[in-house]
Amino acid sequence: MSAPDIKSAACGSSVAAPIRERGQHEVFCGLTSIIWLHRKMQDAFFLIVGSRTCAHLMQSAAGVMIFAEPRFGTAIIEERDLAGMADMNDELDQVVERLLSRRPDIKMLVLVGSCPSEVIKLDLDRAAQRLNKVHAPDRRVLSYSGSGIETTFTQGEDNFLTALVRDMPEKSETAPASLLVVGSMADIAEDQFTRIFSSLGLENVAFLPARRSTELASIGPDTKYILTQPYLGATVTELERKGATRIEAPMPLGEEGTTLWLRAIADTFDVQQDKFDAITGPGRERAKKALTHYREQLEGRRVFLFPDSQLEPAIARFLHREMGAEIVEIGTPFLHRKITQPEFDLLPDSVAVSEGQDVDKQIERCRAENPDLIVCGMGLGNPFEAEGRSTKWSIELVFSPIHGYDQAGDLAELFARPLGRRAVLEVAV
Amino acid sequence: MQLTIWTYEGPPHVGAMRVASSMTDLHYVLHAPQGDTYADLLFTMIERRKTRPPVTYTTFQARDLGADTAEIFKTACREAVERFKPQAVLVGASCTAELIQDDPGGLAKTLDLGIPVIPLELPSYQKKENWGAAETFYQLVRGFAGGRTAEPKAEGARKSCNILGPTSLGFRCRDDIVEVQKLLVELGVDVNVVAPLGASPADLTRLPNADFNILLYPEIADTAARWLEREFKQPCVRTVPIGIGATHKFIREVAALAGVDPEPVIGSEDDRFSWYSRSIDSNYLTGKRVFIYGDATHAVAAARVAEKELGFKVCGLGTYSREFARDVRAAAKEYGVEPLITDDHLEIEDAIIAAQPELVLGTQMERHVAKRLRIPCAVISAPIHVQDFPARYSPQMGFEGANVIFDSWVHPLTMGLEEHLLTMFRDDFEFNDDAKASHLATIGGGGSKSGKAVQNNGAPEKVIEEPANDMVDGSPSWATDAEKELKKIPFFVRGKARRNTEAFAAQNGLALITVETLYDAKAHFAR
Ligand code: SF4
Ligand code: SF4
Repeated sequence: MSAPDIKSAACGSSVAAPIRERGQHEVFCGLTSIIWLHRKMQDAFFLIVGSRTCAHLMQSAAGVMIFAEPRFGTAIIEERDLAGMADMNDELDQVVERLLSRRPDIKMLVLVGSCPSEVIKLDLDRAAQRLNKVHAPDRRVLSYSGSGIETTFTQGEDNFLTALVRDMPEKSETAPASLLVVGSMADIAEDQFTRIFSSLGLENVAFLPARRSTELASIGPDTKYILTQPYLGATVTELERKGATRIEAPMPLGEEGTTLWLRAIADTFDVQQDKFDAITGPGRERAKKALTHYREQLEGRRVFLFPDSQLEPAIARFLHREMGAEIVEIGTPFLHRKITQPEFDLLPDSVAVSEGQDVDKQIERCRAENPDLIVCGMGLGNPFEAEGRSTKWSIELVFSPIHGYDQAGDLAELFARPLGRRAVLEVAV
Repeated sequence: MQLTIWTYEGPPHVGAMRVASSMTDLHYVLHAPQGDTYADLLFTMIERRKTRPPVTYTTFQARDLGADTAEIFKTACREAVERFKPQAVLVGASCTAELIQDDPGGLAKTLDLGIPVIPLELPSYQKKENWGAAETFYQLVRGFAGGRTAEPKAEGARKSCNILGPTSLGFRCRDDIVEVQKLLVELGVDVNVVAPLGASPADLTRLPNADFNILLYPEIADTAARWLEREFKQPCVRTVPIGIGATHKFIREVAALAGVDPEPVIGSEDDRFSWYSRSIDSNYLTGKRVFIYGDATHAVAAARVAEKELGFKVCGLGTYSREFARDVRAAAKEYGVEPLITDDHLEIEDAIIAAQPELVLGTQMERHVAKRLRIPCAVISAPIHVQDFPARYSPQMGFEGANVIFDSWVHPLTMGLEEHLLTMFRDDFEFNDDAKASHLATIGGGGSKSGKAVQNNGAPEKVIEEPANDMVDGSPSWATDAEKELKKIPFFVRGKARRNTEAFAAQNGLALITVETLYDAKAHFAR
């Protein structure tokens, strides 16, 4: 068995001219990425410098408040800060001081900029430098922007990873070629890939973000990197500035996506085809088997994706290619052409793409198309359900393990569940 | 700058959204960046609202700053009015837009929208959600009722009232207004307008027609009620009918204003609470220590019901409603506890641990604390989560509300006889350290019927029974047999026993706590 050949695929083209929309966006801001980043990086604390709104967003989007003291918080700017009665930098230093003394477990403090901090031009890069003078090297201080005027949802992670890359040490000239896998994934998926990489004979593999802030890999011209998440445009730029080269592939979602992704890595590191087939064979079989459970429920179903995480093109590709779904519209907050091209190569030319959003118009388009399944955010889900439509919350795509062979079935199940449930229920709205 | 992790109240524009979402034919155009649209999910997810809240966000971006954010606001406002055709529009700014000073009110006026525009000035860096809701409701009431006069009424016509304060995302508002209206029907009093929940701007113009107002949720409607009192000489019923005593008082106040006889309604058959509380099986409720925290109205009401109607002992009372802190201070004084006026959830957690309550009544935040500490709890106040919007009818006010309160506060407690059994047969394997009352079996380990060793899986990090850790040097130490005896005391009172014994030993200058000391202390502290 061999990897599917992209060029012989039935479809494939560059992105059809997308609908560009400029109206009300119904997406989270970049702060929201912290909800998974603070779990991923276990010794980091994310300190948002913002308003009560930012704090309220975090607790509303996090939804569950089971962590007594999560590793994020908000330094809320108050009237006296704005009126100049208090020096904001002093105030921030005090908040940091109190926080660090209470949480000795924190090894990396991340200052996260918000709309208010940016509008008043509070310079958090400078603040981080200042705080580093006091706390480094025991505890490092970084900063990035997660503000809603600069970033949507997953772009918060993009900015965080960019800051991390900036901080990565340079690799020595003599160090062997290495692979850097970039983008947050569930730990379980990461562990599975680690096993596959070592079976393929790849020795120098690192993940970004690492689970601990102290495990930051070094980087240089011999670093090849590959993305696991499509929303990392700024990170890509920074990695390339540091001399790393990108391995192009679709995202490792579904059996096909995962195989193409691994194949691209294997090719880069000269792994023989038969070895590749032998190592990936069992995973591919398991994934295919898992997917057949759900294919029936999704085949021929018409799916409309609202913009949310930038994962939409990759998800659409998976649903179309592996589940036989028909894609009505791919909405995405931002279309990163270079990164998404491998996904569009596998999608029909005719697929409608929209970038940005005018939510009221998009809702009208969606109603007119009357799709079988709407993938959308939490603000829109219940109102669509109340109209008798089926929806899937897109936020689950960033909160649950979906990458790799052994999660392919889970990924399909996310979309099959609302349809299956609809079929089972004898109560109507 | 204040470090915050969890908050009890959102920013003031979320309060305005709650009022806008409560009403019909009203739209709110909010100058705000895209991330602020998260607030929609409070309504669509937590409250399971079936339509999007009537809010349009301008979602301006960094590249618009200094260029055309004002123009973006105008476009959004114009389009929202065309699309949603409201009777009136609220306009305002979120925290970020407040900083760029575009003046949404002024901009909207230039648009000739053909409908009333109510500009909101909600200072995001000073005020919070409830204040924002109160201010929004006041501006709406003033805007629509201002300058009107009451329609003349026929001599001897039935009296009518307005019900003020219920909103979206409020605690049990949906059912409270049904229950209160039931009482009013029985009294023969007409309801003129209920607002904001379910009212349109046009309904607000009819507010002056009522003979008096009923203020159910002061946090939301006190400002408006005071204005109506001044402007239209409408007296106001301020007793919030939570609990039996308050319900009786409420009925009497309404009856006095309406000139009707309260007695038939006071003797309602619907009141099961009173008998349940008097019945002998409720004896074990006597003196149960209860910690109460919430908005001021619900916290004060809960304290009264707990002490005077269930025979509990209030061991802590607090609120995040600074605007109404005075009421909570007065109540705390009455029950002999220190009032806790704060919205720092860590401080509240510490206060709960220190108070060693047997029941916690609070918001969703205190529920989480109580769960971790393995203390029974019930929710009595916003902020609340999805399961606090029950499918069944469950008011807090009126007679049925009292019945609901009895069930929801008493059920989490260890039942009377069960408590005795736990004490009498404390060496029974089911009653060992990890065993819980049967209905709490899901938390930590449960009693194992098969007699196998009980595994305490998922034990919380902080357990209330371990305050021994923070004992300072020089405090009395425990003899092994005394420590063993202590372990035989059921977990839910063990912390208190340990504390009392240590205090007793310290008072009496004892360095070592023996079994005798334990029982001497028990006698000393016997209530
Ligand atoms: S346990 Fe309750 S309050 Fe806590 S997050 Fe879940 S639903 Fe919300
Ligand atoms: S959009 Fe801006 S103000 Fe709103 S929550 Fe996000 S960072 Fe804070």
